[in-house]
Amino acid sequence: MSILILAEHDNKSLKPATLNTVTAATQIGADVHLLVVGFECQTVVEQASQVAGVSKVLVADNAVYEHQLAENVSKLVVDIASGYGHILAPATTTGKNTLPRVAALLNVAQLSDVIKVESADTFVRPIYAGNAIATVKTTDAVKVLTVRSTGFDAAASTGGNAEREVLSQVIASDRSRFVKEQLAESDRPELTAANVIISGGRGMGNGENFKLLEGVADKLGAAIGASRAAVDAGFVPNDLQVGQTGKTVAPDLYIAVGISGAIQHLAGMKDSKVIVAINKDEDAPIFQVADYGLVADLFDAVPELEKSL
Amino acid sequence: MKILVSVKRVIDYNVKVRVKADHTAVDLTNVKMSMNPFCEIAVEEAIRLKEKGIASDVVVVSVGSKSCQETLRTALALGADRAIQVETEDGLDSLSVAKLIAKVAQEEAADLVIMGKQSIDSDNNQTGQMLAALLDYPQATFASEVVIENGEAHVTREIDGGLQTLAITLPAVITTDLRLNEPRFASLPNIMKAKKKPLDVKTPADLGVEVGSNVSIVSVTPPPQRAGGIKVGSVAELVDKLKNEAKVVS
Repeated sequence: MSILILAEHDNKSLKPATLNTVTAATQIGADVHLLVVGFECQTVVEQASQVAGVSKVLVADNAVYEHQLAENVSKLVVDIASGYGHILAPATTTGKNTLPRVAALLNVAQLSDVIKVESADTFVRPIYAGNAIATVKTTDAVKVLTVRSTGFDAAASTGGNAEREVLSQVIASDRSRFVKEQLAESDRPELTAANVIISGGRGMGNGENFKLLEGVADKLGAAIGASRAAVDAGFVPNDLQVGQTGKTVAPDLYIAVGISGAIQHLAGMKDSKVIVAINKDEDAPIFQVADYGLVADLFDAVPELEKSL
Repeated sequence: MKILVSVKRVIDYNVKVRVKADHTAVDLTNVKMSMNPFCEIAVEEAIRLKEKGIASDVVVVSVGSKSCQETLRTALALGADRAIQVETEDGLDSLSVAKLIAKVAQEEAADLVIMGKQSIDSDNNQTGQMLAALLDYPQATFASEVVIENGEAHVTREIDGGLQTLAITLPAVITTDLRLNEPRFASLPNIMKAKKKPLDVKTPADLGVEVGSNVSIVSVTPPPQRAGGIKVGSVAELVDKLKNEAKVVS
Protein backbone atom coordinates (compact mmCIF):
# COMPACT_ATOMS: atom_id res chain seq x y z
CA MET A 1 0.00 0.00 0.00
CA SER A 2 1.22 3.47 -0.85
CA ILE A 3 1.54 6.43 1.49
CA LEU A 4 -0.02 9.80 0.69
CA ILE A 5 1.35 13.04 2.14
CA LEU A 6 -0.55 16.30 1.97
CA ALA A 7 2.22 18.77 1.12
CA GLU A 8 2.58 21.99 3.11
CA HIS A 9 3.14 25.01 0.87
CA ASP A 10 2.04 28.59 0.25
CA ASN A 11 1.60 28.25 -3.56
CA LYS A 12 5.15 29.59 -3.96
CA SER A 13 7.42 27.13 -2.18
CA LEU A 14 7.28 23.76 -0.51
CA LYS A 15 7.58 24.20 3.27
CA PRO A 16 10.37 22.35 5.12
CA ALA A 17 7.87 20.52 7.37
CA THR A 18 6.90 18.48 4.30
CA LEU A 19 10.45 17.10 4.10
CA ASN A 20 10.35 15.85 7.70
CA THR A 21 7.02 14.21 6.95
CA VAL A 22 8.54 12.43 3.93
CA THR A 23 11.16 10.93 6.26
CA ALA A 24 8.43 9.68 8.60
CA ALA A 25 6.64 8.16 5.61
CA THR A 26 9.75 6.36 4.34
CA GLN A 27 10.09 4.79 7.80
CA ILE A 28 6.59 3.35 7.38
CA GLY A 29 7.08 1.95 3.90
CA ALA A 30 7.98 2.59 0.30
CA ASP A 31 6.06 4.32 -2.47
CA VAL A 32 5.49 7.76 -1.03
CA HIS A 33 3.22 10.14 -2.93
CA LEU A 34 2.99 13.89 -2.34
CA LEU A 35 -0.29 15.66 -2.92
CA VAL A 36 0.04 19.34 -3.83
CA VAL A 37 -3.29 21.16 -3.58
CA GLY A 38 -3.18 24.84 -4.46
CA PHE A 39 -3.43 27.46 -7.17
CA GLU A 40 -0.69 28.46 -9.61
CA CYS A 41 1.68 26.34 -7.58
CA GLN A 42 3.95 25.14 -10.39
CA THR A 43 7.19 25.88 -8.51
CA VAL A 44 5.90 23.86 -5.55
CA VAL A 45 5.26 20.93 -7.90
CA GLU A 46 8.81 21.28 -9.28
CA GLN A 47 10.27 21.21 -5.77
CA ALA A 48 8.03 18.35 -4.70
CA SER A 49 9.12 16.15 -7.63
CA GLN A 50 12.76 16.51 -6.61
CA VAL A 51 12.34 15.40 -3.00
CA ALA A 52 14.29 12.20 -2.40
CA GLY A 53 12.06 9.24 -1.59
CA VAL A 54 8.94 10.54 -3.34
CA SER A 55 7.76 8.41 -6.28
CA LYS A 56 4.77 10.41 -7.44
CA VAL A 57 3.45 13.96 -7.13
CA LEU A 58 -0.29 14.42 -7.45
CA VAL A 59 -1.31 17.93 -8.45
CA ALA A 60 -4.62 19.67 -7.92
CA ASP A 61 -4.09 23.19 -9.23
CA ASN A 62 -7.25 25.26 -9.34
CA ALA A 63 -8.48 28.62 -8.08
CA VAL A 64 -10.86 26.87 -5.66
CA TYR A 65 -7.83 25.43 -3.82
CA GLU A 66 -5.91 28.71 -3.48
CA HIS A 67 -6.31 28.99 0.29
CA GLN A 68 -6.45 25.24 0.96
CA LEU A 69 -9.75 25.41 2.80
CA ALA A 70 -10.33 22.29 4.88
CA GLU A 71 -13.81 21.74 3.45
CA ASN A 72 -12.75 21.05 -0.11
CA VAL A 73 -9.21 19.76 0.43
CA SER A 74 -10.51 17.05 2.78
CA LYS A 75 -13.07 15.91 0.20
CA LEU A 76 -10.40 15.83 -2.49
CA VAL A 77 -8.11 13.69 -0.30
CA VAL A 78 -10.95 11.29 0.47
CA ASP A 79 -11.76 11.15 -3.24
CA ILE A 80 -8.30 9.76 -4.04
CA ALA A 81 -7.78 7.85 -0.77
CA SER A 82 -8.42 4.34 -2.06
CA GLY A 83 -5.16 2.46 -2.51
CA TYR A 84 -3.44 4.33 0.31
CA GLY A 85 -2.70 2.59 3.61
CA HIS A 86 -1.49 5.79 5.27
CA ILE A 87 -2.38 9.44 4.85
CA LEU A 88 0.02 11.90 6.46
CA ALA A 89 0.39 15.64 6.83
CA PRO A 90 2.85 17.78 8.76
CA ALA A 91 1.41 18.86 12.13
CA THR A 92 1.26 22.49 11.03
CA THR A 93 -1.86 24.61 11.40
CA THR A 94 -2.87 23.60 7.86
CA GLY A 95 -2.35 19.88 8.50
CA LYS A 96 -4.11 20.06 11.85
CA ASN A 97 -7.00 21.91 10.25
CA THR A 98 -7.56 19.50 7.39
CA LEU A 99 -6.50 15.99 8.35
CA PRO A 100 -9.02 15.26 11.16
CA ARG A 101 -11.71 16.15 8.63
CA VAL A 102 -10.23 13.57 6.26
CA ALA A 103 -10.15 10.95 9.04
CA ALA A 104 -13.78 11.54 10.00
CA LEU A 105 -14.92 11.29 6.37
CA LEU A 106 -13.06 7.97 6.16
CA ASN A 107 -14.56 6.93 9.54
CA VAL A 108 -11.14 6.27 11.09
CA ALA A 109 -9.22 7.71 14.02
CA GLN A 110 -6.33 10.12 13.63
CA LEU A 111 -3.03 10.09 15.46
CA SER A 112 -1.78 13.64 16.04
CA ASP A 113 1.78 14.91 16.36
CA VAL A 114 3.56 11.62 15.80
CA ILE A 115 7.22 11.85 16.88
CA LYS A 116 8.35 8.30 16.11
CA VAL A 117 7.38 5.42 13.84
CA GLU A 118 7.65 2.04 15.59
CA SER A 119 6.09 0.07 12.73
CA ALA A 120 3.46 0.53 10.04
CA ASP A 121 0.69 0.42 12.66
CA THR A 122 2.41 1.57 15.86
CA PHE A 123 3.40 5.15 16.52
CA VAL A 124 4.68 7.32 19.36
CA ARG A 125 3.16 10.67 20.31
CA PRO A 126 3.41 13.05 23.26
CA ILE A 127 0.38 13.66 25.50
CA TYR A 128 -0.23 15.94 28.51
CA ALA A 129 1.90 18.73 27.01
CA GLY A 130 4.80 16.37 26.45
CA ASN A 131 4.80 15.19 30.07
CA ALA A 132 3.99 11.64 28.97
CA ILE A 133 4.84 9.72 25.84
CA ALA A 134 2.21 7.34 24.47
CA THR A 135 2.87 4.45 22.12
CA VAL A 136 -0.33 3.69 20.23
CA LYS A 137 -1.35 0.97 17.83
CA THR A 138 -4.09 1.38 15.27
CA THR A 139 -5.88 -1.32 13.30
CA ASP A 140 -7.82 1.14 11.17
CA ALA A 141 -7.76 0.25 7.46
CA VAL A 142 -6.35 3.67 6.63
CA LYS A 143 -3.98 5.21 9.14
CA VAL A 144 -4.27 8.97 9.26
CA LEU A 145 -1.44 10.79 11.04
CA THR A 146 -0.03 14.25 11.50
CA VAL A 147 3.73 14.33 11.93
CA ARG A 148 5.64 16.58 14.30
CA SER A 149 8.50 17.87 12.17
CA THR A 150 11.00 18.08 15.04
CA GLY A 151 10.69 14.31 15.51
CA PHE A 152 12.18 13.48 12.10
CA ASP A 153 15.14 14.66 10.01
CA ALA A 154 14.34 16.43 6.76
CA ALA A 155 14.45 14.35 3.57
CA ALA A 156 16.87 15.61 0.92
CA SER A 157 15.17 18.27 -1.18
CA THR A 158 17.02 17.18 -4.31
CA GLY A 159 17.90 13.91 -5.96
CA GLY A 160 14.37 12.66 -6.45
CA ASN A 161 12.62 12.33 -9.77
CA ALA A 162 8.96 11.71 -9.12
CA GLU A 163 6.41 11.23 -11.87
CA ARG A 164 3.50 13.67 -11.95
CA GLU A 165 -0.19 13.15 -12.17
CA VAL A 166 -2.66 15.97 -12.61
CA LEU A 167 -5.93 15.52 -10.76
CA SER A 168 -9.01 16.74 -12.55
CA GLN A 169 -11.39 16.91 -9.56
CA VAL A 170 -12.59 20.43 -8.80
CA ILE A 171 -14.36 20.55 -5.47
CA ALA A 172 -15.69 23.98 -4.64
CA SER A 173 -16.48 25.02 -1.11
CA ASP A 174 -19.64 27.09 -1.13
CA ARG A 175 -20.03 27.66 2.61
CA SER A 176 -16.52 28.76 3.45
CA ARG A 177 -14.62 31.59 1.83
CA PHE A 178 -11.30 33.29 2.35
CA VAL A 179 -11.55 36.94 3.40
CA LYS A 180 -8.03 38.10 4.19
CA GLU A 181 -4.67 37.22 5.62
CA GLN A 182 -2.20 39.19 7.74
CA LEU A 183 1.16 37.47 7.61
CA ALA A 184 4.05 38.59 9.76
CA GLU A 185 7.03 39.71 7.68
CA SER A 186 10.43 38.45 8.71
CA ASP A 187 13.90 38.07 7.19
CA ARG A 188 14.90 35.63 9.88
CA PRO A 189 14.81 31.85 9.53
CA GLU A 190 11.47 30.18 10.08
CA LEU A 191 11.02 29.36 13.76
CA THR A 192 10.40 25.63 13.32
CA ALA A 193 13.35 25.22 10.94
CA ALA A 194 15.95 27.40 12.68
CA ASN A 195 19.15 25.91 14.11
CA VAL A 196 19.34 28.57 16.79
CA ILE A 197 16.44 30.29 18.54
CA ILE A 198 16.48 33.11 21.04
CA SER A 199 13.18 33.56 22.86
CA GLY A 200 11.93 36.24 25.19
CA GLY A 201 9.36 36.00 27.95
CA ARG A 202 7.51 38.26 30.31
CA GLY A 203 10.86 39.38 31.72
CA MET A 204 11.43 41.38 28.53
CA GLY A 205 9.04 43.95 30.01
CA ASN A 206 7.65 45.27 26.73
CA GLY A 207 7.66 44.74 22.97
CA GLU A 208 10.28 47.42 22.39
CA ASN A 209 12.82 45.46 24.43
CA PHE A 210 12.55 42.48 22.06
CA LYS A 211 14.88 44.53 19.82
CA LEU A 212 17.60 43.58 22.32
CA LEU A 213 17.31 39.99 21.12
CA GLU A 214 17.76 40.98 17.47
CA GLY A 215 21.47 41.74 17.86
CA VAL A 216 22.17 38.27 19.24
CA ALA A 217 19.85 36.71 16.66
CA ASP A 218 21.71 38.46 13.82
CA LYS A 219 25.08 37.23 15.03
CA LEU A 220 23.90 33.63 15.43
CA GLY A 221 21.57 33.53 12.40
CA ALA A 222 18.85 32.74 14.88
CA ALA A 223 15.08 32.95 14.78
CA ILE A 224 13.29 34.93 17.49
CA GLY A 225 10.63 33.23 19.58
CA ALA A 226 8.51 34.10 22.58
CA SER A 227 6.71 32.53 25.48
CA ARG A 228 2.95 32.64 25.81
CA ALA A 229 3.28 35.20 28.58
CA ALA A 230 5.08 37.56 26.20
CA VAL A 231 2.50 37.01 23.47
CA ASP A 232 -0.47 37.40 25.83
CA ALA A 233 1.04 40.62 27.17
CA GLY A 234 1.05 41.88 23.58
CA PHE A 235 4.86 42.23 23.34
CA VAL A 236 5.06 40.28 20.07
CA PRO A 237 2.67 38.64 17.56
CA ASN A 238 1.42 35.16 18.39
CA ASP A 239 3.14 33.41 15.48
CA LEU A 240 6.37 33.71 17.51
CA GLN A 241 4.93 31.62 20.33
CA VAL A 242 6.83 28.50 21.31
CA GLY A 243 4.94 26.01 23.46
CA GLN A 244 2.12 23.51 23.71
CA THR A 245 -0.32 25.92 22.11
CA GLY A 246 2.24 27.53 19.82
CA LYS A 247 5.07 26.02 17.84
CA THR A 248 7.19 23.03 18.75
CA VAL A 249 10.86 23.55 18.09
CA ALA A 250 14.02 21.51 18.55
CA PRO A 251 16.99 23.64 17.46
CA ASP A 252 20.66 22.96 18.26
CA LEU A 253 20.68 25.95 20.59
CA TYR A 254 17.71 27.49 22.39
CA ILE A 255 18.32 30.63 24.42
CA ALA A 256 15.47 31.45 26.83
CA VAL A 257 15.64 35.05 28.02
CA GLY A 258 13.39 36.20 30.85
CA ILE A 259 11.29 33.03 30.55
CA SER A 260 10.27 31.30 33.77
CA GLY A 261 9.74 27.90 32.13
CA ALA A 262 6.07 27.00 32.60
CA ILE A 263 5.21 23.48 31.39
CA GLN A 264 3.23 24.96 28.53
CA HIS A 265 6.46 26.55 27.24
CA LEU A 266 8.72 23.58 28.01
CA ALA A 267 6.40 21.35 25.94
CA GLY A 268 7.44 23.30 22.88
CA MET A 269 11.21 23.43 23.32
CA LYS A 270 12.54 20.79 25.67
CA ASP A 271 13.81 18.61 22.83
CA SER A 272 16.33 21.29 21.88
CA LYS A 273 19.92 20.03 21.87
CA VAL A 274 21.36 22.71 24.13
CA ILE A 275 19.22 25.00 26.27
CA VAL A 276 20.54 28.24 27.74
CA ALA A 277 18.53 30.20 30.29
CA ILE A 278 19.11 33.81 31.25
CA ASN A 279 16.91 34.83 34.15
CA LYS A 280 17.38 36.89 37.27
CA ASP A 281 15.25 34.52 39.37
CA GLU A 282 17.56 31.67 40.30
CA ASP A 283 14.58 29.49 41.31
CA ALA A 284 12.88 29.74 37.90
CA PRO A 285 11.91 26.25 36.64
CA ILE A 286 13.67 26.93 33.34
CA PHE A 287 16.98 26.26 35.14
CA GLN A 288 15.91 22.64 35.70
CA VAL A 289 16.03 21.95 31.97
CA ALA A 290 18.77 24.38 30.97
CA ASP A 291 22.21 23.00 30.16
CA TYR A 292 23.71 26.39 30.92
CA GLY A 293 22.02 28.81 33.23
CA LEU A 294 23.02 32.39 33.88
CA VAL A 295 21.42 34.16 36.81
CA ALA A 296 21.59 37.77 35.69
CA ASP A 297 19.53 40.75 34.66
CA LEU A 298 18.79 40.22 30.99
CA PHE A 299 19.18 43.93 30.27
CA ASP A 300 22.87 43.63 31.19
CA ALA A 301 23.48 40.09 29.98
CA VAL A 302 21.92 40.20 26.51
CA PRO A 303 23.89 43.25 25.24
CA GLU A 304 27.05 41.74 26.71
CA LEU A 305 26.29 38.43 25.01
CA GLU A 306 25.84 40.25 21.70
CA LYS A 307 29.22 41.95 22.08
CA SER A 308 31.08 38.77 22.94
CA LEU A 309 29.78 36.71 20.01
CA MET B 1 -29.77 31.45 17.44
CA LYS B 2 -28.85 28.43 19.47
CA ILE B 3 -25.23 27.69 20.34
CA LEU B 4 -23.96 24.30 21.46
CA VAL B 5 -20.70 24.32 23.41
CA SER B 6 -18.81 21.16 24.25
CA VAL B 7 -16.73 20.99 27.41
CA LYS B 8 -14.27 18.38 28.67
CA ARG B 9 -13.17 17.53 32.18
CA VAL B 10 -9.39 17.16 32.25
CA ILE B 11 -6.51 17.16 34.70
CA ASP B 12 -5.99 20.72 35.98
CA TYR B 13 -3.35 22.48 33.89
CA ASN B 14 -1.26 23.27 36.98
CA VAL B 15 -0.92 19.64 38.06
CA LYS B 16 2.38 17.89 37.51
CA VAL B 17 1.53 14.75 35.56
CA ARG B 18 2.66 11.36 36.89
CA VAL B 19 2.80 8.27 34.73
CA LYS B 20 1.56 5.05 36.42
CA ALA B 21 4.28 2.62 37.41
CA ASP B 22 2.86 -0.08 35.12
CA HIS B 23 3.09 2.31 32.15
CA THR B 24 -0.55 1.91 31.16
CA ALA B 25 -1.69 5.49 31.60
CA VAL B 26 -1.26 8.74 33.48
CA ASP B 27 -2.29 8.48 37.14
CA LEU B 28 -5.54 10.41 37.62
CA THR B 29 -6.47 9.16 41.10
CA ASN B 30 -6.88 12.00 43.61
CA VAL B 31 -5.69 14.51 41.06
CA LYS B 32 -7.35 17.90 40.73
CA MET B 33 -9.57 18.01 37.64
CA SER B 34 -10.94 21.13 35.93
CA MET B 35 -12.62 22.31 32.77
CA ASN B 36 -10.19 22.18 29.84
CA PRO B 37 -8.88 25.78 29.39
CA PHE B 38 -9.82 25.92 25.70
CA CYS B 39 -13.37 24.82 26.58
CA GLU B 40 -13.63 27.67 29.13
CA ILE B 41 -12.86 30.06 26.29
CA ALA B 42 -15.56 28.41 24.16
CA VAL B 43 -18.14 28.82 26.95
CA GLU B 44 -17.11 32.45 27.46
CA GLU B 45 -17.48 33.21 23.74
CA ALA B 46 -20.95 31.68 23.63
CA ILE B 47 -22.05 33.69 26.67
CA ARG B 48 -20.69 36.89 25.15
CA LEU B 49 -22.69 36.18 21.97
CA LYS B 50 -25.75 35.78 24.18
CA GLU B 51 -25.02 39.02 26.00
CA LYS B 52 -24.78 40.78 22.64
CA GLY B 53 -28.25 39.46 21.77
CA ILE B 54 -26.90 37.29 18.96
CA ALA B 55 -27.51 33.97 20.68
CA SER B 56 -30.76 33.16 22.45
CA ASP B 57 -29.85 29.84 23.96
CA VAL B 58 -26.53 28.33 25.07
CA VAL B 59 -26.50 24.56 25.60
CA VAL B 60 -23.40 22.84 26.98
CA VAL B 61 -22.59 19.20 26.39
CA SER B 62 -19.96 16.92 27.87
CA VAL B 63 -19.16 13.33 27.00
CA GLY B 64 -17.90 11.15 29.84
CA SER B 65 -18.60 9.59 33.20
CA LYS B 66 -20.86 11.10 35.88
CA SER B 67 -18.03 13.27 37.21
CA CYS B 68 -18.23 15.49 34.11
CA GLN B 69 -21.55 16.81 35.47
CA GLU B 70 -19.39 18.96 37.73
CA THR B 71 -17.80 20.52 34.64
CA LEU B 72 -21.25 21.09 33.14
CA ARG B 73 -22.40 22.81 36.36
CA THR B 74 -19.38 25.10 36.08
CA ALA B 75 -20.46 26.04 32.54
CA LEU B 76 -24.02 26.64 33.79
CA ALA B 77 -22.66 28.87 36.56
CA LEU B 78 -20.77 30.86 33.93
CA GLY B 79 -24.03 31.54 32.08
CA ALA B 80 -25.03 28.56 29.94
CA ASP B 81 -28.78 27.82 29.97
CA ARG B 82 -28.93 24.07 29.85
CA ALA B 83 -26.61 21.06 30.00
CA ILE B 84 -26.45 17.61 28.48
CA GLN B 85 -24.21 14.82 29.71
CA VAL B 86 -23.61 11.96 27.35
CA GLU B 87 -22.89 9.13 29.78
CA THR B 88 -19.88 7.07 28.63
CA GLU B 89 -16.63 5.85 30.05
CA ASP B 90 -13.91 8.52 30.19
CA GLY B 91 -11.22 8.79 27.56
CA LEU B 92 -13.23 8.03 24.44
CA ASP B 93 -11.38 8.84 21.23
CA SER B 94 -12.05 12.02 19.25
CA LEU B 95 -14.07 10.34 16.51
CA SER B 96 -16.51 8.76 18.97
CA VAL B 97 -16.90 12.06 20.82
CA ALA B 98 -17.47 13.85 17.51
CA LYS B 99 -20.16 11.32 16.52
CA LEU B 100 -21.98 11.78 19.84
CA ILE B 101 -21.80 15.57 19.71
CA ALA B 102 -22.93 15.52 16.07
CA LYS B 103 -26.13 13.75 17.11
CA VAL B 104 -26.70 16.18 19.96
CA ALA B 105 -26.13 19.12 17.60
CA GLN B 106 -28.71 17.69 15.19
CA GLU B 107 -31.26 16.99 17.92
CA GLU B 108 -30.80 20.46 19.35
CA ALA B 109 -30.76 22.04 15.88
CA ALA B 110 -27.82 24.17 16.98
CA ASP B 111 -26.85 26.96 14.59
CA LEU B 112 -23.31 27.08 15.84
CA VAL B 113 -21.07 24.68 17.73
CA ILE B 114 -18.16 26.23 19.64
CA MET B 115 -15.48 24.05 21.19
CA GLY B 116 -11.88 24.27 22.30
CA LYS B 117 -9.16 23.66 19.71
CA GLN B 118 -7.65 20.86 21.79
CA SER B 119 -7.82 19.26 25.20
CA ILE B 120 -4.70 19.55 27.31
CA ASP B 121 -4.67 15.84 28.19
CA SER B 122 -4.75 13.98 24.87
CA ASP B 123 -3.53 17.03 22.88
CA ASN B 124 -5.29 15.71 19.78
CA ASN B 125 -6.75 18.85 18.22
CA GLN B 126 -9.26 16.79 16.21
CA THR B 127 -12.80 16.75 17.59
CA GLY B 128 -14.04 20.06 16.14
CA GLN B 129 -12.76 19.26 12.66
CA MET B 130 -14.25 15.73 12.84
CA LEU B 131 -17.57 17.09 14.04
CA ALA B 132 -17.68 19.56 11.14
CA ALA B 133 -16.91 16.74 8.70
CA LEU B 134 -19.62 14.45 10.11
CA LEU B 135 -22.23 17.21 9.94
CA ASP B 136 -20.87 18.49 6.60
CA TYR B 137 -20.64 21.95 8.19
CA PRO B 138 -17.92 24.49 7.41
CA GLN B 139 -15.28 24.93 10.09
CA ALA B 140 -13.11 27.71 11.48
CA THR B 141 -10.42 26.35 13.73
CA PHE B 142 -8.02 28.16 16.10
CA ALA B 143 -10.26 31.24 16.29
CA SER B 144 -8.96 34.44 17.87
CA GLU B 145 -11.91 36.61 16.81
CA VAL B 146 -15.52 35.78 15.93
CA VAL B 147 -17.98 38.23 14.37
CA ILE B 148 -21.44 36.97 13.46
CA GLU B 149 -23.64 38.80 10.97
CA ASN B 150 -26.17 37.90 8.27
CA GLY B 151 -26.00 34.18 8.86
CA GLU B 152 -22.23 34.16 8.47
CA ALA B 153 -19.39 33.98 10.94
CA HIS B 154 -16.29 36.01 10.12
CA VAL B 155 -13.57 34.22 12.01
CA THR B 156 -9.96 35.31 12.40
CA ARG B 157 -7.78 32.23 12.73
CA GLU B 158 -4.29 31.83 14.14
CA ILE B 159 -2.18 30.20 11.45
CA ASP B 160 1.55 29.48 11.35
CA GLY B 161 2.52 32.64 9.47
CA GLY B 162 0.13 35.03 11.21
CA LEU B 163 -3.62 35.49 10.98
CA GLN B 164 -6.24 34.48 8.41
CA THR B 165 -9.89 35.53 8.22
CA LEU B 166 -12.55 33.21 6.82
CA ALA B 167 -16.28 33.73 6.34
CA ILE B 168 -18.29 30.59 7.02
CA THR B 169 -22.01 30.10 6.54
CA LEU B 170 -24.01 28.91 9.55
CA PRO B 171 -24.57 26.26 10.78
CA ALA B 172 -20.87 25.83 11.43
CA VAL B 173 -18.22 24.65 13.88
CA ILE B 174 -15.71 27.02 15.48
CA THR B 175 -12.77 25.93 17.66
CA THR B 176 -11.20 28.40 20.05
CA ASP B 177 -7.62 29.52 20.47
CA LEU B 178 -6.31 31.02 23.71
CA ARG B 179 -6.45 34.60 22.51
CA LEU B 180 -10.16 34.58 21.68
CA ASN B 181 -11.18 35.96 25.07
CA GLU B 182 -10.50 36.11 28.78
CA PRO B 183 -12.95 33.76 30.55
CA ARG B 184 -14.87 35.15 33.53
CA PHE B 185 -15.13 33.60 36.97
CA ALA B 186 -18.40 32.20 38.28
CA SER B 187 -19.85 34.17 41.19
CA LEU B 188 -21.25 32.35 44.22
CA PRO B 189 -24.90 33.35 43.50
CA ASN B 190 -24.46 32.06 39.95
CA ILE B 191 -23.00 28.80 41.22
CA MET B 192 -26.09 28.42 43.43
CA LYS B 193 -28.41 29.26 40.54
CA ALA B 194 -26.62 26.75 38.30
CA LYS B 195 -27.73 23.92 40.58
CA LYS B 196 -31.32 24.56 39.49
CA LYS B 197 -30.61 24.70 35.77
CA PRO B 198 -31.64 21.62 33.74
CA LEU B 199 -29.06 18.88 33.14
CA ASP B 200 -30.16 15.96 30.95
CA VAL B 201 -28.35 12.66 30.80
CA LYS B 202 -28.28 10.69 27.57
CA THR B 203 -26.54 7.50 26.56
CA PRO B 204 -24.86 6.67 23.24
CA ALA B 205 -27.78 4.25 22.66
CA ASP B 206 -30.29 7.11 23.08
CA LEU B 207 -28.39 8.94 20.37
CA GLY B 208 -28.09 5.87 18.18
CA VAL B 209 -24.29 6.01 18.13
CA GLU B 210 -21.99 3.07 18.56
CA VAL B 211 -18.74 4.08 20.20
CA GLY B 212 -15.47 2.24 19.89
CA SER B 213 -12.00 2.68 18.52
CA ASN B 214 -9.41 0.75 16.60
CA VAL B 215 -6.67 2.56 18.46
CA SER B 216 -5.14 0.99 21.57
CA ILE B 217 -2.50 2.26 23.93
CA VAL B 218 0.58 0.06 24.01
CA SER B 219 2.33 2.03 26.73
CA VAL B 220 2.59 5.41 28.40
CA THR B 221 6.03 6.38 29.66
CA PRO B 222 7.57 9.47 31.19
CA PRO B 223 9.53 11.57 28.67
CA PRO B 224 13.32 11.29 28.70
CA GLN B 225 14.69 13.46 31.49
CA ARG B 226 17.18 16.14 30.64
CA ALA B 227 20.38 15.86 32.60
CA GLY B 228 20.75 18.70 35.06
CA GLY B 229 22.83 21.50 33.69
CA ILE B 230 25.23 23.91 35.28
CA LYS B 231 25.04 27.54 36.26
CA VAL B 232 27.65 29.81 34.78
CA GLY B 233 28.92 32.90 36.53
CA SER B 234 29.25 35.32 33.65
CA VAL B 235 28.41 36.00 30.02
CA ALA B 236 32.05 35.34 29.10
CA GLU B 237 31.92 31.90 30.72
CA LEU B 238 28.61 31.19 28.94
CA VAL B 239 30.04 32.06 25.53
CA ASP B 240 33.14 29.99 26.26
CA LYS B 241 31.01 26.95 27.18
CA LEU B 242 28.85 27.33 24.07
CA LYS B 243 31.93 27.56 21.84
CA ASN B 244 34.22 24.99 23.40
CA GLU B 245 32.05 22.53 25.35
CA ALA B 246 28.66 22.40 23.63
CA LYS B 247 30.16 23.50 20.31
CA VAL B 248 26.89 25.04 19.17
CA VAL B 249 28.39 28.47 18.53
CA SER B 250 31.36 28.92 16.23
